[in-house]
Amino acid sequence: MNQQDLRTIEARCIEEEQPKCQAACPIHVDIRAFMTKMAAGDLAGARKVLDRTMPLPGVLARICDHPCEAACIRGQVGGAIAVGALERTCAMATASGGKPLCMPQKGKRVAALGGDLSALTLAWDLAKKGFAVTLFVARPTAGGILNEISPDVLPPAVLAEALETLGRMGVAFKTGQPLDAAQLEAVRHDFDAVYVECAKEANPLGASRDDADPLTLEFGPPGVFCGGWPADDGSRSIMRLVADGRRAATSIDRLLTGSTLTASREKEGACPTRSFTSLKDVPAVPRLEPTDPVTGFAPDQAKAEAARCLQCDCMECVKVCEYLKHYKGYPKLYARQIYNNLSIVLGNHSMNKMIDSCTLCGLCTEVCPEDFSMAELCLDSRRDMVNRGKMPPAAHEFALEDLAFSNGPDFALLRAEPGQTTCSHLFFPGCQLGGDPNARIPEAYAFLRAKLAGGVGLALGCCGAPALWAGRQTLFEEVVAAFRTQWESLGRPRLVTACASCLAVFRQAAPDIPAVSLWQVLNDETGLPEAAGFTPDGPLAVHDSCTARHDATAQAAVRALLGKRGLAFEELPLSGRYTECCGFGGLVGNAHPELAKAITERRAAASPRDFLATCAMCRDRLAHVGKRAYHLLDLLFPGPGAADPATRPDPGFSLRHETRARLRRHLLATVWNEPTDPKAPAGPDFTVSPEVRAVMEARHILDDDVKRTLAHAESTGRKFRNRENGHFLASFTPHRVTYWVEYVMEGATARVFTAYSHRMTVAGVGK
Amino acid sequence: MNDSLVYLPQSGDWVCASCDGPLSPTDTAVTYLEGGFTITVLACPKCGLSLLPEYVAVGKMLEVEQLLEDK
Repeated sequence: MNQQDLRTIEARCIEEEQPKCQAACPIHVDIRAFMTKMAAGDLAGARKVLDRTMPLPGVLARICDHPCEAACIRGQVGGAIAVGALERTCAMATASGGKPLCMPQKGKRVAALGGDLSALTLAWDLAKKGFAVTLFVARPTAGGILNEISPDVLPPAVLAEALETLGRMGVAFKTGQPLDAAQLEAVRHDFDAVYVECAKEANPLGASRDDADPLTLEFGPPGVFCGGWPADDGSRSIMRLVADGRRAATSIDRLLTGSTLTASREKEGACPTRSFTSLKDVPAVPRLEPTDPVTGFAPDQAKAEAARCLQCDCMECVKVCEYLKHYKGYPKLYARQIYNNLSIVLGNHSMNKMIDSCTLCGLCTEVCPEDFSMAELCLDSRRDMVNRGKMPPAAHEFALEDLAFSNGPDFALLRAEPGQTTCSHLFFPGCQLGGDPNARIPEAYAFLRAKLAGGVGLALGCCGAPALWAGRQTLFEEVVAAFRTQWESLGRPRLVTACASCLAVFRQAAPDIPAVSLWQVLNDETGLPEAAGFTPDGPLAVHDSCTARHDATAQAAVRALLGKRGLAFEELPLSGRYTECCGFGGLVGNAHPELAKAITERRAAASPRDFLATCAMCRDRLAHVGKRAYHLLDLLFPGPGAADPATRPDPGFSLRHETRARLRRHLLATVWNEPTDPKAPAGPDFTVSPEVRAVMEARHILDDDVKRTLAHAESTGRKFRNRENGHFLASFTPHRVTYWVEYVMEGATARVFTAYSHRMTVAGVGK
Repeated sequence: MNDSLVYLPQSGDWVCASCDGPLSPTDTAVTYLEGGFTITVLACPKCGLSLLPEYVAVGKMLEVEQLLEDK
């Protein structure tokens, strides 16, 4: 990712876009912050918010003509916030903030011909920046339009105080001045820049708005800027005058400090914004008006009215994603943090775990008004880390070993139907379903063979999704290429997958391999098996796989199958295209187990109903957090007399390996009549308490790891003995990870008391 | 002077099973990725077998592993 990529990615997230009100305000008052303070009754705090942005705040806050209100989206649900009246209430209840902080004098002099609001704004802004400003005023006093406002609304004392403040900021007033061409010529010689206010009664240049550059308000003669015109109908908007003064001040500041007059000025004045705020579930609350518009709101009224502010922001993705919520930010912020993480050479890469914790499910993109993809950002970043050797080994090693196991001799299997060498269809149940001891894979395979013409082959293995998700692009491509070779050897059959992830992977990485979901085939082609056996009570909540969120056909097939099977079901609040990940996607369970659990628990809490999953990992993860969940095959191929399948626990890592190996042996023996020897145990059998079993699961320690450690210790004698209780403690390092097991031998079987592991190499340990 | 961190078992009276001999605190090299340091653990002076207690493996050592992985 380079800087340009970052900016492109960042620009997609609109969270930092100005809310509609602030964008519509020509001087971009932070109205959200103002409303927060007002709703809390903190009038002094609210005044500080106004003082930060407004020129002559005591004046302007009383008379602002609030173009923001027309843009306020509260307008659609009860009426726009009464921003103008609240500003007035605040100004009347608080003392002037006094003279604002001004920068040291820059030694540059600016003249303004005119003393109306635009000139006063210009003087305010430039005096704060350290310029010496002189106002040439035609009348005996400055103020222009401000002198025409009813004294009830703008008491003369308030205006006088504001002018006095300007004086204390170093602004000089020359009143009773002729504002004509001669005067302009004179000040052009004496000052570094000139602002000409083209107000009602004085327009020394005769300049119209069309004559001035709209971006800079620069007029023909060098160093001369214009502004403050009335609108075409002769009216003069307060905020428009302020906006002109501010724009001209910015131009003069840039001119006199030698910077560009034109760059990066798109957001000056009222500007467009891409901000989005959902009004879904926002109740309409009617707008309050002050009883007396002159005195403003009573305190409680003011709080209530300010509290109607929606505090507009987007956060659509964060609302639906536990992961995005967990890191307490939003995608734009994350993009920059990730960019920094990838860019640093020395120092802590503190975002590595964050990058590896996205489920890559894509829900953020579905709900984002601008299609921001956290999945794309995180996956690209993972590939980048892998390519530069910066991927922490621990993040995905276990999942990649699982992949290797699934595509190794203990599970991988590829066969046409018995007696055939090629086939028209190839059933690919997926490695995770293959690891479920109760999965109805043999039944489903037999059914497909009976119903589909042209022969149905079988492929056991892993599609490569873990390598894809881990950012191991080369490995992923190798897995897909190897599968393709095998697929070709079977005569290029159509793939029938029971796993949404496998289907998505094949469709993306090998679009020439025809692939279809098992659910679609069962619904459209084969019909259902005879219903026999367990049927759940009550409606089920359908949980769509996140990897199938764009597969509307498969989603529809699942629902149609439930209908044909006579099973009532309900939709979850987020389903179909908007489904949530179960907490398995993107290997978050490896990189961040606690977060993965929170993601699963959030999904499980979406409905009190039993869930219906169509992916083995979804079902197992839900079961892992105690949620009753069925796999669709449980209900389509219920075993005779089988117990309620929703009660079965998550098999866990070791049992999943065992189950895959058992399934392979079973299918080879029963379908192809090729009995294989049961796999010789790698070490002694052992027993373990449920508590220790749970610890092993959490630490990703497999039975096989324990057995090999025991075998190593018992064959070499390299172990410790505790003389107090006779326990042995031994270590073994099969590859990179060192496993420790504390045990006693009870005959040929070990009783294991604990198992732990580490990745660091310790002298005299393992091997 | 030995200034490496000392990690002894929290319980038990451990001996080397093969030579039945006592263990003694020994400076032991630990390496990971491009990092390395020395700790003191019990080891068999004859066989060279080192005993890394569970609390170290799942505690301090895991922390340091993660720290080095994010370097």
